[in-house]
Amino acid sequence: METTFYIAAAVATVATFMVIVSTNAIHALLNLIVSLLGVAVIFFVLGAPFAAALEVIIYAGAIMVLFVFVVMMLNVGDAVVQEKRWLTPRVWFVPGVLSAILFIQLASILLTGDKLNATGSVMTEAGPVGAALYGPYLLAVELASMLLLAGLVGAYHLARREREEERY
Amino acid sequence: MPVAQIPLEQSLFLAALLFVLGLIGVLTRRNVIWILMCLEIMLNAAGLGFVAAGARWGQPDGQVFFILILAVAAANVSVGLALILRVFREYGSLDADRLKELRE
Repeated sequence: METTFYIAAAVATVATFMVIVSTNAIHALLNLIVSLLGVAVIFFVLGAPFAAALEVIIYAGAIMVLFVFVVMMLNVGDAVVQEKRWLTPRVWFVPGVLSAILFIQLASILLTGDKLNATGSVMTEAGPVGAALYGPYLLAVELASMLLLAGLVGAYHLARREREEERY
Repeated sequence: MPVAQIPLEQSLFLAALLFVLGLIGVLTRRNVIWILMCLEIMLNAAGLGFVAAGARWGQPDGQVFFILILAVAAANVSVGLALILRVFREYGSLDADRLKELRE
């Protein structure tokens, strides 16, 4: 099963790289969906099937679909020439250097420290996760629902078109 | 169903790699749609770190926090896309460099 992890990790990394360098919005979104599916495979292999299902259903299935709708509504896929014009080789230098420094620090801390134990010895199914959500994390669930309500109301209000005769 | 035995530092390494890729995307791209997409990459990478850490101990706490990250990402994306729609209606373009002032 370990090879499954490494293959899915490679797929997710390559797909994520394709997202950040792509000039076509629809291609970038599809690559992002592939990356999310790769991470879902990793979740499943690590022994977190509930998180894997949620990743596919909610992240790749709802949030990315929202993205695709907005991109198609705004016709961002036509802006390939504009994207190529904005994405000169020069813009990659400073963010690349800064992020590379950060990544080298993270990698050196992770890979040269004490060897940590292996993940994924047990399969943590939906039952214990549900029990944890209804038990110790009940307050967090309520707060998350309030956050989602705020996001819902905010998104509706921000995106609606004002009509001339009804201004509240 | 057999479960893989992956060293925790390798899972966290993958999470760090995806996070840094998303960070490069946020800093580099000028189109606000891409900035939002790369923000989602970063959130997903953080969630991967949490799930891997929870799986190391065999406890559901990592997955619980992943659910909370998912809720935050959903609210983030919906409000962000609504703002992008407003920006497109006002300015006609999705250029982040156009959004320099609060009021024209």
